[in-house]
Amino acid sequence: MTETSRHASDDHWLVRPATVRRLWIGGIALLAGLVAAGTAVHGHAYFGVDGLFAFNAWYGFGACAAMVVAAKVLGVLLKRKDTYYDH
Amino acid sequence: MTIEGLPPGLLMIAGALLLPFVGAAARRVMVLALPLAVLALVWMLPEGSGPALSFLGQSIAPLRVDALGRLFATIFLLMAAAGALFALGQSRLLEGVAAFVYAGSAVGVVLAGDLITVFVFWELMAVGSTLVLWAAGTPSAARAAMRYVQVHLLGGVVLMVGIVAHVAATGQTAFEAMRPETLGTWLILAGFLINAGAPPFSAWLPDAYPEASWSGMVFLSAFTTKTAVYALIRGFPGAEILIAIGLFMVFYGIIYALLENDMRRILAYSIVNQVGFMVTGVGIGTEMALNGAAAHAFAHILYKALLLMSAGSVLLMTGRRLCSDLGGLFRTMPVTTACGIIGALAISSFPWTSGFVAKSMIGQSAADGGLALTWFLLTAASAGVFLHAGIKFPWFVFFQKDSGLRPADPPWSMRLAMILLSALCVGIGVFPGLLYGLLPHPVDYQPYTAAHVVEMLQLLGFSGLAFFLLLPMMKRTRTVTLDADWLWRRPGAAAATRLWTGLAAVFAELTATAAAAVRSVADHARALHGPRGILARSMSSGGMAAFALVALGLALVALYR
Repeated sequence: MTETSRHASDDHWLVRPATVRRLWIGGIALLAGLVAAGTAVHGHAYFGVDGLFAFNAWYGFGACAAMVVAAKVLGVLLKRKDTYYDH
Repeated sequence: MTIEGLPPGLLMIAGALLLPFVGAAARRVMVLALPLAVLALVWMLPEGSGPALSFLGQSIAPLRVDALGRLFATIFLLMAAAGALFALGQSRLLEGVAAFVYAGSAVGVVLAGDLITVFVFWELMAVGSTLVLWAAGTPSAARAAMRYVQVHLLGGVVLMVGIVAHVAATGQTAFEAMRPETLGTWLILAGFLINAGAPPFSAWLPDAYPEASWSGMVFLSAFTTKTAVYALIRGFPGAEILIAIGLFMVFYGIIYALLENDMRRILAYSIVNQVGFMVTGVGIGTEMALNGAAAHAFAHILYKALLLMSAGSVLLMTGRRLCSDLGGLFRTMPVTTACGIIGALAISSFPWTSGFVAKSMIGQSAADGGLALTWFLLTAASAGVFLHAGIKFPWFVFFQKDSGLRPADPPWSMRLAMILLSALCVGIGVFPGLLYGLLPHPVDYQPYTAAHVVEMLQLLGFSGLAFFLLLPMMKRTRTVTLDADWLWRRPGAAAATRLWTGLAAVFAELTATAAAAVRSVADHARALHGPRGILARSMSSGGMAAFALVALGLALVALYR
């Protein structure tokens, strides 16, 4: 086991607010680029709906949001303290 | 029997049992060389069945080589070697021996031609894996190992009864494709599914595996569930019920992983999720789907082991396992972070990784078969994989917040194992022909079309956006999530305790009654024969003389004629 000393704070460039903001801007630009690319290359739509504009973008986003909400609801019912099964 | 007729799995097991008897230096060489030597042997064996033997009046074929069996044997042995490299610094000898017995048994299953041999190796696998878990040496691991072995013994019994019923009904021991139509085949299917982590027994996996040591879970993740996937591909291709079961597993894994705080339990739930994709593929049952299931098993073993090596490194170097205690480790663990991210991209089926070229065959087969609901659910699940494993694991462990922890990267053997597996994950993604050439059916599939790549990147990109926008809803809490195992860990355990207390009370009652009966016999005996007993009393000589006189007198009277 190596020493795991604690430093109060550090200023790694990756976590600076300016970098984080740039990452968000770059990420959103990339997503917009992907949607644009999707209109240029046409895949084979098998079921109709999957041929709609930017299907994978909104379907992926929607599916994830639904799953996070489902997990949240289930968590209310099923979550217990992590000592629940300890004797 | 020559060495060619011996199942390679047995050689692996025999080699494992020799490990304790060689010196430490020789052992380090042997753990790396043994799986690779057995792998070479597997590839030298001709296709077809070895000699048939007779066992309990049944014909068995302990060795059968074909493309499907060889594919799984190959990945199992590669994994044993990679796991051994990662675990080179593991001081617990039992874990290494057990892991190789476990790997050898898994190889035994996939190269077995009959159900009896499958069963024997299946049970050996349960023994090996339980010992890997047990070897962690903590009380929680010991308890988890007991729960784990009980589920697997139950699964083994179900499988055995199924095999007996099947052999009795058909007279056939050969392990070939079946339909779930008779009691025997249904039970065989149930036995396979228990090991696959299917409902309602999925909980055994996330309950047990994360209690293993930092290296133990790497081995555990590879063999049991994937051997079950092999058995389903071989035994039940196209059984429609598997589509529903597989889709359930896919979403079960995602939802439970989203709720989880323990980094290795997140990855354990994601094993159920990934095996769900494979089970769905087996249920679809076309050549493309079966190829997809087999390829995905192969790819999954590599990237899941990589993810667990990365998590195991964090566990070893920090001693912490909860996401809420971790974060910011990218600063001082660059190799572990980079390899963890490559594993995370591969599990998410990112283009140019192994997951992309393997999993998309399953989705494609659903589309080709016109299975709309299956296809939409699989696509949603692909987004969910990125959400629950692809981003969640690296984000919470390596980024998130600064936990203040500054652990170094792990020792060279662990780094090397991670780098090699990362290279394989990317290598297979860039050169899919390497994997496609090993698959059981000819592959007529081109994963890299511009449309497919863009669609996948869109799906993953927007899933990533959803993750970061919904991050406030995913704050980690120190909780466990109840599962079906609650039934036997709470009311089941309480009922068992009550039954035990009841039985103990009845037993106490019975022993008390028996003791009272014995005591009363003893009291009577003491009254008659004891020191003051009527029959043990000493008498005076005068009395004795009088008694003798009376007795002789009576005899005289009685005998006088």
